[in-house]
Amino acid sequence: MATSTLKKIVPENPAHIKAELLAKYPSKVARKRSKQIMINEAMENTTPEISANVRTTPGIITMRGCSYAGCKGVIMGPTRDVVNLVHGPIGCSFYAWLTRRNQTNAGADGENYMNYCFSTDMQDSDIIFGGEKKLEAAIQEAYDLFHPRSIAIFATCPVGLIGDDIHTVAKRMKEKLGDCNVFAFSCEGYKGVSQSAGHHIANNQIFRHIVGENDEVKPGKYKINLLGEYNIGGDGFEIDRILKKCGITNISTFSGNSTYDQFASCHTADLNAVMCHRSINYVADMLETKYGIPWVKVNFIGAAATAKSLRKIAGYFGEKELIDLVEAVIAEEMPDVEKAIADVRPRTQGKTAMMFLGGSRAHHYQELFKEMGMRVIAAGYEFAHRDDYEGRKVIPDLKVDADSRNIEEIEVFRDEAKYRERKTPEEIKALEDSGYKFKEYDGMAPDMEKDTLIIDDLNQYEAEKLVEMMKPDLFCGGIKEKYSIQKLGVPMKQLHSYDSGGPYAGFKGAINFYYEIDRLVNSKVWSYMKAPWQDNPQLSATYGWE
Amino acid sequence: MLLRHTPKEITERSALMINPAKTCQPIGAMYAALGIHGCLPHSHGSQGCCAYHRSALTRHYKEPVSASTSSFTEGSSVFGGQANMLQAIENIFAVYNPEIIACHTTCLSETIGDDLKQIRKKALTEGKIPEGKFMISASTPSYVGSHVTGFSNMVKSMVGLAEPTGKKNGKVNIIPGWVEPADMEEIKRITKMIGVKTILFPDTSGVLNGPLSGEFKMYPDGGVTVAELQSTGDSIGTLALGEWCSADAARELDTKHKVPCQILDMPFGLKATDRFIDALRTIAGVTVPDELSMERGQLVDMISDMHQYVYHKKVALVGDPDQVIAMTEFLVSIDMCPIHIVTGTPGKAFERRIKEITKDMPFPCNVRAKGDMFLLHQWIKNDPVDLLIGNTYCKYISRDEDIPLVRWGFPILDRQGHQYFPTVGYKGALRLLEKILNVIQDRKDRDDPESKFELVL
Ligand code: SF4
Ligand code: SF4
Repeated sequence: MATSTLKKIVPENPAHIKAELLAKYPSKVARKRSKQIMINEAMENTTPEISANVRTTPGIITMRGCSYAGCKGVIMGPTRDVVNLVHGPIGCSFYAWLTRRNQTNAGADGENYMNYCFSTDMQDSDIIFGGEKKLEAAIQEAYDLFHPRSIAIFATCPVGLIGDDIHTVAKRMKEKLGDCNVFAFSCEGYKGVSQSAGHHIANNQIFRHIVGENDEVKPGKYKINLLGEYNIGGDGFEIDRILKKCGITNISTFSGNSTYDQFASCHTADLNAVMCHRSINYVADMLETKYGIPWVKVNFIGAAATAKSLRKIAGYFGEKELIDLVEAVIAEEMPDVEKAIADVRPRTQGKTAMMFLGGSRAHHYQELFKEMGMRVIAAGYEFAHRDDYEGRKVIPDLKVDADSRNIEEIEVFRDEAKYRERKTPEEIKALEDSGYKFKEYDGMAPDMEKDTLIIDDLNQYEAEKLVEMMKPDLFCGGIKEKYSIQKLGVPMKQLHSYDSGGPYAGFKGAINFYYEIDRLVNSKVWSYMKAPWQDNPQLSATYGWE
Repeated sequence: MLLRHTPKEITERSALMINPAKTCQPIGAMYAALGIHGCLPHSHGSQGCCAYHRSALTRHYKEPVSASTSSFTEGSSVFGGQANMLQAIENIFAVYNPEIIACHTTCLSETIGDDLKQIRKKALTEGKIPEGKFMISASTPSYVGSHVTGFSNMVKSMVGLAEPTGKKNGKVNIIPGWVEPADMEEIKRITKMIGVKTILFPDTSGVLNGPLSGEFKMYPDGGVTVAELQSTGDSIGTLALGEWCSADAARELDTKHKVPCQILDMPFGLKATDRFIDALRTIAGVTVPDELSMERGQLVDMISDMHQYVYHKKVALVGDPDQVIAMTEFLVSIDMCPIHIVTGTPGKAFERRIKEITKDMPFPCNVRAKGDMFLLHQWIKNDPVDLLIGNTYCKYISRDEDIPLVRWGFPILDRQGHQYFPTVGYKGALRLLEKILNVIQDRKDRDDPESKFELVL
């Protein structure tokens, strides 16, 4: 088999692997990368330090994208009833058009602009003379055509440089149109060092321009928001199905399958459940400060993690009726999950995986692999910060460097009119005393085995080397990595977009995932790399027809 | 309905583009650069553009697309990207060791006015480009033209490598334009059949349709070599296929090195292929082999056999100018009626050419350069068609309006085959015709009442 030509170095020698990864780099690059490659020690109380959220070295083939991608693509992309208008040359808008597999359900005649791509298509004259007039005209044309309740404007690289004041244009148009909330994002691609800056810019503006607008009390007894769930491949649908079954009302998802009104009324919920810590933990903090909603970290990736998260939510409300219903739902859902595990496990047990993903999934998906008896031998994030690796305890020590200094942090204060204490300090304390944890996230490192490799901002060269040396049974990453890894004869699963699969969240999603991974790692295709004559090229004799 | 907010009533828009039929220059430059053997495309700007361009090409080809970026930060955007580029060059040769770096700009580096030629000079004087290695660059501002322009600009930069020796090499330069790897392979098959020695550039065959064999070659076996590009100045002539994609490079070789050129349409369909082959045999002074005439005859045969299914069927067509011009001619030549035609790339010449080709059609033709798919959809709502031809984004219109779709163009994100099966030449035209017939006849089989359902079509 072709893959047997790859040299396998057992993961027992991580220091050697690290040295190999760095060997070819010019010394300056090697020094920098060395701090972003960590041999995990899986220690009880302290975690080794990793360098993260630092700029990518020019010339290195990175997996990262830009802040515009994080803002328009990730956060605002799944919001169906907002017209997302990209101010810039055509490309940026074109590439973010339907490529992220966010699903939505607008019903038969609801508003849904997600299948559209809007752009001001800036020309050289706009670059020279400024694009504000064109932007203003484009907003008017979008309004006249669609009468949406909101138009969001996104700045691409040239916009910031030529000094178009998109916020003033937005404000002016909002006043002029009257019934349409127009607001803008300064998410130029050069801001920050990755998509993460864009998440921040997006969330800040949603918070500033939409959140808190609608005080109407929605029906439901146990009301939560789900923060950091983007409904890729229908994950959000599956989570909503489970929540509904448990009698929990999801007021607002940030931002999978979302609508304007969900953001506008999210301050009426009583608990924030945070999925993707990276892209949204600061929103949870702001919602707590301003409106008094406590937050907890949850994870609906993995059947056991889903059950645990449901219990966590039920535990917060503390009512027997809810706790019982949650237990009943878990009891009803788990047999199918266990049946699937029993089916695939003989074929997946002991196999190894690598995961290099955005900012949370490289951690979350370890749950699913554990359930299948697979080991994650190397993992890392594309754009996470140190707290996502090492836990929130490092947040006070994080230094903001020159590249991130200009990413706005908004200061929020208690909204005296809308702030509502959800639990008394005594109730909170009682919960905490019983082991309940608010605002807690320990990061990925403590959950990984000792001597596994944790690598930040992995690049194409290192990925290829890692796969050659450690020869995993599966590699998980994004579309750009997909085929270079598969050329090596190693199956690759996209866990940004899920290839064409999903959902993988919740109970049904877990079952989907087990079978998908089983299919991938056991596919016959990986045995076809060489033709018979390539396996045995030397003929010892010739045989004619007898 | 997927595009439920698109109204039938058409209002002119001056500022808002909706559902574009084009994208930006750098992706074209990147695609072209991948057609040079041992080349690493480099995107001089912030890393998001590069990530998007690589992703888009990867989704279309289902193949690895390696390209590096200058990873601008806010600082570089203010002070210029020269330091980033110099550092990038050093790292690229140390880590990825390509034969050649093909660098293009982005909106960002263009807006701040970085000068790649000057940066290259500096890199040379500082010894950052190793002996025997090369770097070419193209300016590709996305606020001008489209992805097609970017492709053309990079191809033009390639001929900058030409170093005439004064001795003719007996070869014909062929610039195929932005066609699929399979098309480039087919063009090479045809020229070989005729017996003409060629330098085809760029050439993505063997690069973006590679095998799975357990080995990852960052620089696959295909692609035009630097040596071949250097030799383009010694060729006896250049055939540029497509005014938009290929003409600039051909004219550059003509003015700079006196290599005469002829600009032809891309060889899609019967007539454009006829002209291409006729030009080839004239330049090379050879007779066209019977095998090729046979292929032509087979195409004519299929057209005559199936004429009743295509006759006067209305078509909406969207894509890039060179491709759409050739396709329009093909459709008209088989008595189909392309009545709505859009390209996103600017150029009044496009509209004139389409008007000329469709002037004897029994129906009037709507044509728009710098148009978008929103407009195309509105046209279709007002005057429905029997067939839609365009890239994958057309499937939203196709489903809403229940129109059969033939996927053709860039990008194709949801079907396979474009990497492997050509649509240029007579064989390619046969395949196009087969695809058109398949969707039309599938539709007939779906829609005919049981009483009219037929075994033989
Ligand atoms: S900034 Fe310019 S080059 Fe980059 S993706 Fe956008 S349009 Fe293309
Ligand atoms: S889960 Fe990953 S891909 Fe998704 S938003 Fe968070 S960081 Fe990005």
